Amino acid sequence: MYKPNDLILRTTTSIIVFILLGFSIYLLLAGHNSPGGGFIGGLMTASAILLLYISYGSKAIEKILPINYRLLIPIGLLIALGTGIGSFFFNVPFLSQTFTYVQIPFFGKMELATAMLFDVGVYVTVLGVTLTIILSISRDQKS
Amino acid sequence: MLTMHAAIIIPFIVAAFIPFLAKRLKTLHIGWFVLLVPFGLFILLASYIPEIADGEIFLQTIHWIPSYDINFTTYMDGLSMILGLLITGVGALVVLYSIYYLSPEESLKHFYVFLLLFMGAMLGLVLSDNILVLYVFWELTSISSFLLIAFWYHRKRSREGAEKSLLITVSGGFAMLVGFIMLYVMTGTFSVREIIREVSQYTDHTLFLPAMVLILIGAFTKSAQFPFHIWLPDAMEAPTPVSAYLHSATMVKAGIYLVARFTPVFGGEALWFWLVGGVGCLTLFWGSFNAVKQTDLKALLAYSTVSQLGMIMTMFGIGSAALYYGYTTESVIYTQAIFAALFHLVNHSTFKGALFMVIGIVDHEVGTRDIRKLGGLVTLMPITFTISLIGSFSMAGLPPFNGFLSKEMFFTSVLTMSEMNIFSMETWGVLFPVIAWVASVFTFIYSMIIVFKAFFGPYQLGKLERPGHEPPIGMLIAPAVLGLIVVGLFFFPNMLGNNLLKPAVAGIFPTFPEDELGMKITPWHGFNTELFMTIGVVSAGLLLYLTLRYWKGIYRLFPEKWTFNVLFRYVLDQLEIKSRVVTDSYMTGFLRDYFVYIFLFFSILIGGALIYTGAFDFEVSGNAPISVYEWILAVVMMVAGISILFAKSRLTAILLNGVLGYSIAVFFVLFRAPDLALTQVGIETVTTVLFLVSYYFLPEWQKENTPKRTKGLNILISLSVGAVFIIVALAAQSGKLFETISGYYENSYQLAGGKNIVNTILGDFRAFDTMLEVVVLLIAGIGVYSFVKSKSKKGGHNLED
Repeated sequence: MYKPNDLILRTTTSIIVFILLGFSIYLLLAGHNSPGGGFIGGLMTASAILLLYISYGSKAIEKILPINYRLLIPIGLLIALGTGIGSFFFNVPFLSQTFTYVQIPFFGKMELATAMLFDVGVYVTVLGVTLTIILSISRDQKS
Repeated sequence: MLTMHAAIIIPFIVAAFIPFLAKRLKTLHIGWFVLLVPFGLFILLASYIPEIADGEIFLQTIHWIPSYDINFTTYMDGLSMILGLLITGVGALVVLYSIYYLSPEESLKHFYVFLLLFMGAMLGLVLSDNILVLYVFWELTSISSFLLIAFWYHRKRSREGAEKSLLITVSGGFAMLVGFIMLYVMTGTFSVREIIREVSQYTDHTLFLPAMVLILIGAFTKSAQFPFHIWLPDAMEAPTPVSAYLHSATMVKAGIYLVARFTPVFGGEALWFWLVGGVGCLTLFWGSFNAVKQTDLKALLAYSTVSQLGMIMTMFGIGSAALYYGYTTESVIYTQAIFAALFHLVNHSTFKGALFMVIGIVDHEVGTRDIRKLGGLVTLMPITFTISLIGSFSMAGLPPFNGFLSKEMFFTSVLTMSEMNIFSMETWGVLFPVIAWVASVFTFIYSMIIVFKAFFGPYQLGKLERPGHEPPIGMLIAPAVLGLIVVGLFFFPNMLGNNLLKPAVAGIFPTFPEDELGMKITPWHGFNTELFMTIGVVSAGLLLYLTLRYWKGIYRLFPEKWTFNVLFRYVLDQLEIKSRVVTDSYMTGFLRDYFVYIFLFFSILIGGALIYTGAFDFEVSGNAPISVYEWILAVVMMVAGISILFAKSRLTAILLNGVLGYSIAVFFVLFRAPDLALTQVGIETVTTVLFLVSYYFLPEWQKENTPKRTKGLNILISLSVGAVFIIVALAAQSGKLFETISGYYENSYQLAGGKNIVNTILGDFRAFDTMLEVVVLLIAGIGVYSFVKSKSKKGGHNLED
């Protein structure tokens, strides 16, 4: 029986995926000051996970990453909505964002912004939606 | 004191309780309870007669929508009182009659609910002072009449009759509403009394005549005037109590009431005089002429009602002339026409109600009302015969019945009218007495038909379902009471005249001194023209009745297809057919066609607006220079875009589409939009992959086999849409109206702590948009997931159905 031997693909994938994941996290976090942001970060993460699916097959990946991507959609949405609702506690209009600078050992001056939390929500949602769509279509193809 | 409101509302409240009562009481006929309502209301209203006779009026208000000047105001004067007494009095008799007429197997609760609804609506109509409230009750009478006509809804003819009457009366009602609104626009009030007071200032207003005509259309449709009379004969499919109540005594008087109510507003205008008087006279003749040829007794009575209503209308037309002259000793004579009209209104309700009831008895006892089958019932049904004799002779205008008095007064009115010298009556006035006389001859003939064809002649047992005999006594009470009133009014007409008619006429002519109005009705008024006219009617009528079968052929001179019924049916059918054709011509069911409409609309509207307003302005001086890279990319995209149109396989099209997408990403790079470029590359990849995924499932790429002409049209439309877009874009970019507001966002680091302006706008300045776009993603994801997951299993049932 023919069995594909994709050793090179799998080996390179295991390296590339980490680069991709790192880059996507970078895009998410750097979004406030450089090009990037939650949307493109989410897309990049999704493509990294898809690459894993392509090279190792869905059975193996479902064992390593037992994540229900559909659940990520409402979670992300709730995070984004939460940052909006949070502004009510400070008696400011819906979705008012704020930011501050803190001094952290080793890293020096850091900026913390609530807009980043919002971006995280977008990130999670985009990740969930992209993977839900592609995985449900590709699984449908198989059955 | 809100008695009038109570009188209007009580029937509605009782109607609400009838279904419960009917469920509880199985043994007793529900009609006995209903009877209490009109009877009690009759007593209540009658208790006001002394005050009304003294010229008092009762005005009561309940606020309904004060901010729009719509209040539930009741106003009772002589006119409302007459109608109110007719509604409750005849109502009580009809309910009593229906108890014996309808068997308990019928759905009685529906019948009495509809009847009470009608009664309340009719009372509200005659007692309302606010014209919008009046309109509400007006439509309620149309609706309840519709329900009552179709009471036996399993019969096709009932449904058709109900549909026809609803269409005609409601169309008239709408016209009337428009007229009312015009009145409001002119005078600024909805109150009839205030309109009467104000309206003299507005007789030159452009809306004055349209308002008059529209209100008259409402009155004519309701009162079955020519040519709107066609619904009344078809409404005879209703149960006989309904015909007796609605279609002879009350609802058809609503239009008369409206004319009477608005005579002080519009009377004195030539158009009003001619419309009311002329149409009334025409209806009088047409109705009596057509009644003679009917073979069904109820249809005969329907045409006779049409004719009598026309007669009342004519007298209102004549009476309105008094308002033209204003008050002088001579003009008082015209007010007597209105007096006569009101007198005949009462008379007609009594004898026509009685006639309908006896026809109902005949129908009930022998099973037919076709005069070709009836005959010889006089010995079998003596009481029924006596009552129908009284009713018919009164209708024909013979003494000693009240119809004689009103017919004499009618002749007096038309004779006065012919001597008028206004409204070009010098030339046409002589026509009125002639038509009135001829119509009276026909009236005499059909009255004789009722009596002699139905009760005399050979008794044809073989054609009857049941042998005739007297009905139960309860069924005879109501027509007997009406018959007694018919005779009583002949001997004591002035009781009615002084107590009710005089105040009513006074209400119609507010500017006239009250003592001069009204008149003494005398059964004997000497040998004058009117009496000779009546003698002429009787002798000519007798002659024509006896020779009926020799000249009946003239009815066949007009072919059957030339009637208004046929015209009405034809118009309705054609409306349906033509609208079907129109709808089918554009609702093709093809998405392609709908896109054509949308795009055509877009290019015509937007392109047309650009050309029409001259907004197009082409200005390039402020534009940036175009670099080499942009040229190259633009050429690449053009080539790809045009190639898609000629692609032979779907795969080519998908890949060319990808070329377009990535080129746009490069454009974003060239135009310094890194975030957009990143996202565009990601999204373009994902969409291309999805295209390829679905490509696997799609059927073979087929060229549409469209005719050349459609293809040409498509090309034309797409070119025009593209051209319009380009022109709009060029016009928009050259007409810069104000400076950009992006300067504000350049301070993003101070305001939001971020250096990436795009990201701060998305996440901070305008995060609400972003949030909702995330929701869009959520919906898309759920949509795809549920589409894929929830499809039916093989062999299972199809969820899409």
